[in-house]
Amino acid sequence: MSPDPTGVDVVIDAVTAVFLVVGALMSLGAAIGLLRFPDLMSRMHAATKPQVLGLFLMLAAIGLQMRTWWVWPVLLVAWIFQLLTAPVSAHMVGRSAYRTKHGHREMLTKDELEAVVQRAAAGQEPGNDR
Amino acid sequence: MKETILVVTAVILSLAAAGAIVRIAIGPSLLDRVLASDVLLAILGAALAIDMAMNRHLNNLMLLVALAVIGFIGSVTVARFVAERREQNNES
Repeated sequence: MSPDPTGVDVVIDAVTAVFLVVGALMSLGAAIGLLRFPDLMSRMHAATKPQVLGLFLMLAAIGLQMRTWWVWPVLLVAWIFQLLTAPVSAHMVGRSAYRTKHGHREMLTKDELEAVVQRAAAGQEPGNDR
Repeated sequence: MKETILVVTAVILSLAAAGAIVRIAIGPSLLDRVLASDVLLAILGAALAIDMAMNRHLNNLMLLVALAVIGFIGSVTVARFVAERREQNNES
Protein backbone atom coordinates (compact mmCIF):
# COMPACT_ATOMS: atom_id res chain seq x y z
CA MET A 1 0.00 0.00 0.00
CA SER A 2 2.97 2.27 0.49
CA PRO A 3 5.58 1.72 -2.20
CA ASP A 4 7.75 4.63 -1.16
CA PRO A 5 7.62 5.05 2.61
CA THR A 6 9.86 8.08 2.70
CA GLY A 7 7.68 10.08 0.34
CA VAL A 8 4.09 8.84 0.53
CA ASP A 9 3.88 8.37 4.26
CA VAL A 10 5.03 11.90 4.93
CA VAL A 11 2.39 13.31 2.59
CA ILE A 12 -0.36 11.12 4.06
CA ASP A 13 0.63 12.08 7.61
CA ALA A 14 0.64 15.76 6.70
CA VAL A 15 -2.82 15.53 5.10
CA THR A 16 -4.07 13.63 8.15
CA ALA A 17 -2.70 16.30 10.46
CA VAL A 18 -4.39 19.06 8.47
CA PHE A 19 -7.70 17.16 8.46
CA LEU A 20 -7.59 16.55 12.21
CA VAL A 21 -6.73 20.14 13.09
CA VAL A 22 -9.35 21.60 10.73
CA GLY A 23 -11.96 19.16 12.04
CA ALA A 24 -11.18 20.21 15.61
CA LEU A 25 -11.46 23.85 14.52
CA MET A 26 -14.95 23.09 13.20
CA SER A 27 -15.98 21.97 16.69
CA LEU A 28 -14.41 25.13 18.12
CA GLY A 29 -16.36 27.20 15.59
CA ALA A 30 -19.58 25.54 16.66
CA ALA A 31 -18.83 26.31 20.31
CA ILE A 32 -17.93 29.95 19.53
CA GLY A 33 -21.15 30.27 17.57
CA LEU A 34 -23.09 28.87 20.51
CA LEU A 35 -21.54 31.44 22.80
CA ARG A 36 -21.68 34.49 20.57
CA PHE A 37 -24.94 34.33 18.65
CA PRO A 38 -27.90 36.16 20.17
CA ASP A 39 -30.78 33.90 19.24
CA LEU A 40 -31.83 30.27 19.41
CA MET A 41 -32.27 30.05 15.65
CA SER A 42 -28.80 31.37 14.86
CA ARG A 43 -27.30 29.20 17.60
CA MET A 44 -28.95 26.20 15.97
CA HIS A 45 -27.42 27.26 12.66
CA ALA A 46 -23.98 27.33 14.25
CA ALA A 47 -24.43 24.12 16.20
CA THR A 48 -25.52 21.74 13.47
CA LYS A 49 -23.66 22.76 10.35
CA PRO A 50 -19.94 22.61 11.24
CA GLN A 51 -20.32 19.20 12.88
CA VAL A 52 -20.99 17.39 9.62
CA LEU A 53 -17.90 18.78 7.92
CA GLY A 54 -15.85 18.22 11.07
CA LEU A 55 -16.93 14.59 11.30
CA PHE A 56 -16.21 14.13 7.59
CA LEU A 57 -12.66 15.41 8.05
CA MET A 58 -12.11 13.20 11.10
CA LEU A 59 -13.37 10.08 9.31
CA ALA A 60 -11.25 10.88 6.24
CA ALA A 61 -8.23 11.13 8.54
CA ILE A 62 -9.05 7.69 9.99
CA GLY A 63 -9.38 6.25 6.48
CA LEU A 64 -6.05 7.75 5.45
CA GLN A 65 -4.27 6.39 8.48
CA MET A 66 -5.66 2.86 8.29
CA ARG A 67 -4.44 2.39 4.69
CA THR A 68 -6.89 -0.36 3.85
CA TRP A 69 -9.74 -0.12 1.40
CA TRP A 70 -12.45 -1.90 3.35
CA VAL A 71 -12.70 0.81 6.02
CA TRP A 72 -13.93 3.46 3.57
CA PRO A 73 -17.50 2.05 3.17
CA VAL A 74 -17.81 1.73 6.95
CA LEU A 75 -16.70 5.34 7.43
CA LEU A 76 -19.04 6.43 4.64
CA VAL A 77 -21.97 4.73 6.39
CA ALA A 78 -21.10 6.49 9.65
CA TRP A 79 -20.88 9.86 7.89
CA ILE A 80 -24.12 9.41 5.93
CA PHE A 81 -25.88 8.48 9.14
CA GLN A 82 -24.72 11.73 10.73
CA LEU A 83 -25.72 13.56 7.54
CA LEU A 84 -29.24 12.14 7.78
CA THR A 85 -29.85 12.65 11.50
CA ALA A 86 -28.41 16.16 11.96
CA PRO A 87 -31.01 18.00 9.78
CA VAL A 88 -33.90 16.08 11.32
CA SER A 89 -32.94 16.90 14.90
CA ALA A 90 -32.23 20.53 13.95
CA HIS A 91 -35.61 20.70 12.24
CA MET A 92 -37.37 19.36 15.33
CA VAL A 93 -35.58 21.81 17.63
CA GLY A 94 -36.28 24.75 15.32
CA ARG A 95 -39.91 23.75 14.93
CA SER A 96 -40.55 23.58 18.65
CA ALA A 97 -38.55 26.79 19.10
CA TYR A 98 -40.88 28.58 16.68
CA ARG A 99 -44.03 27.15 18.22
CA THR A 100 -42.98 28.05 21.75
CA LYS A 101 -42.01 31.63 20.77
CA HIS A 102 -38.31 31.27 21.48
CA GLY A 103 -37.05 33.38 18.60
CA HIS A 104 -36.72 37.12 18.49
CA ARG A 105 -39.49 38.24 16.17
CA GLU A 106 -38.05 41.71 15.58
CA MET A 107 -34.90 40.21 14.03
CA LEU A 108 -36.81 38.53 11.22
CA THR A 109 -37.31 40.35 7.94
CA LYS A 110 -40.02 38.01 6.66
CA ASP A 111 -42.02 35.38 8.53
CA GLU A 112 -43.58 33.01 6.03
CA LEU A 113 -44.48 30.41 8.60
CA GLU A 114 -46.80 32.61 10.64
CA ALA A 115 -49.72 32.51 8.18
CA VAL A 116 -49.47 28.73 7.94
CA VAL A 117 -49.45 28.35 11.71
CA GLN A 118 -52.41 30.74 12.05
CA ARG A 119 -54.39 28.81 9.46
CA ALA A 120 -53.57 25.46 11.07
CA ALA A 121 -54.52 26.78 14.49
CA ALA A 122 -57.81 28.18 13.17
CA GLY A 123 -58.78 24.99 11.38
CA GLN A 124 -58.27 22.64 14.27
CA GLU A 125 -58.88 22.42 17.93
CA PRO A 126 -56.38 24.48 19.93
CA GLY A 127 -53.64 22.25 21.20
CA ASN A 128 -54.28 19.63 18.57
CA ASP A 129 -51.79 20.97 16.03
CA ARG A 130 -48.45 19.35 16.08
CA MET B 1 4.74 15.38 14.89
CA LYS B 2 2.25 13.03 16.48
CA GLU B 3 2.49 14.59 19.92
CA THR B 4 2.16 18.07 18.42
CA ILE B 5 -1.07 17.12 16.63
CA LEU B 6 -2.43 15.51 19.77
CA VAL B 7 -1.66 18.55 21.91
CA VAL B 8 -3.08 21.02 19.37
CA THR B 9 -6.33 19.09 18.86
CA ALA B 10 -6.67 18.45 22.61
CA VAL B 11 -6.39 22.18 23.32
CA ILE B 12 -8.88 23.09 20.58
CA LEU B 13 -11.40 20.46 21.64
CA SER B 14 -11.03 21.44 25.31
CA LEU B 15 -11.82 25.06 24.45
CA ALA B 16 -14.80 23.94 22.38
CA ALA B 17 -16.09 21.71 25.19
CA ALA B 18 -15.68 24.57 27.66
CA GLY B 19 -17.75 26.83 25.40
CA ALA B 20 -20.49 24.25 25.08
CA ILE B 21 -20.55 23.68 28.86
CA VAL B 22 -20.78 27.43 29.46
CA ARG B 23 -23.75 27.57 27.10
CA ILE B 24 -25.35 24.64 28.93
CA ALA B 25 -24.86 26.50 32.23
CA ILE B 26 -26.11 29.95 31.17
CA GLY B 27 -28.51 28.96 28.39
CA PRO B 28 -31.73 30.89 28.93
CA SER B 29 -34.05 28.16 27.73
CA LEU B 30 -34.25 24.40 27.57
CA LEU B 31 -33.69 24.25 23.80
CA ASP B 32 -30.41 26.16 24.13
CA ARG B 33 -29.21 23.52 26.55
CA VAL B 34 -30.34 20.75 24.22
CA LEU B 35 -28.35 22.27 21.35
CA ALA B 36 -25.28 22.79 23.51
CA SER B 37 -25.37 19.24 24.85
CA ASP B 38 -25.66 17.97 21.28
CA VAL B 39 -22.54 19.96 20.38
CA LEU B 40 -20.78 18.54 23.45
CA LEU B 41 -21.63 15.02 22.28
CA ALA B 42 -20.23 15.82 18.83
CA ILE B 43 -17.02 17.11 20.43
CA LEU B 44 -16.72 13.82 22.33
CA GLY B 45 -17.16 11.96 19.04
CA ALA B 46 -14.43 14.10 17.48
CA ALA B 47 -12.09 13.16 20.33
CA LEU B 48 -12.85 9.46 19.76
CA ALA B 49 -12.15 9.88 16.04
CA ILE B 50 -8.83 11.59 16.74
CA ASP B 51 -7.87 8.72 19.03
CA MET B 52 -8.72 6.22 16.30
CA ALA B 53 -6.79 8.11 13.62
CA MET B 54 -3.70 8.66 15.75
CA ASN B 55 -3.42 5.14 17.18
CA ARG B 56 -4.62 3.37 14.02
CA HIS B 57 -7.40 1.25 15.40
CA LEU B 58 -11.14 1.05 14.74
CA ASN B 59 -12.44 0.14 18.19
CA ASN B 60 -14.53 3.27 18.65
CA LEU B 61 -16.30 3.33 15.30
CA MET B 62 -19.51 1.67 16.47
CA LEU B 63 -19.41 3.89 19.56
CA LEU B 64 -19.28 6.90 17.21
CA VAL B 65 -22.42 5.71 15.38
CA ALA B 66 -24.13 4.98 18.70
CA LEU B 67 -23.31 8.51 19.90
CA ALA B 68 -24.99 9.92 16.78
CA VAL B 69 -28.08 7.80 17.50
CA ILE B 70 -28.20 8.93 21.13
CA GLY B 71 -27.83 12.60 20.20
CA PHE B 72 -30.55 12.34 17.58
CA ILE B 73 -33.03 10.57 19.85
CA GLY B 74 -32.30 12.94 22.72
CA SER B 75 -32.77 16.11 20.66
CA VAL B 76 -36.00 14.92 19.04
CA THR B 77 -37.44 13.71 22.35
CA VAL B 78 -36.73 16.94 24.21
CA ALA B 79 -38.04 19.02 21.28
CA ARG B 80 -41.31 17.09 21.34
CA PHE B 81 -41.52 17.44 25.11
CA VAL B 82 -41.08 21.22 24.91
CA ALA B 83 -43.68 21.48 22.16
CA GLU B 84 -46.25 19.69 24.25
CA ARG B 85 -46.20 22.06 27.21
CA ARG B 86 -45.88 25.41 25.51
CA GLU B 87 -48.46 27.22 27.62
CA GLN B 88 -46.39 26.94 30.80
CA ASN B 89 -43.07 27.82 29.12
CA ASN B 90 -43.44 31.29 27.70
CA GLU B 91 -40.32 33.09 28.84
CA SER B 92 -37.62 33.57 26.25
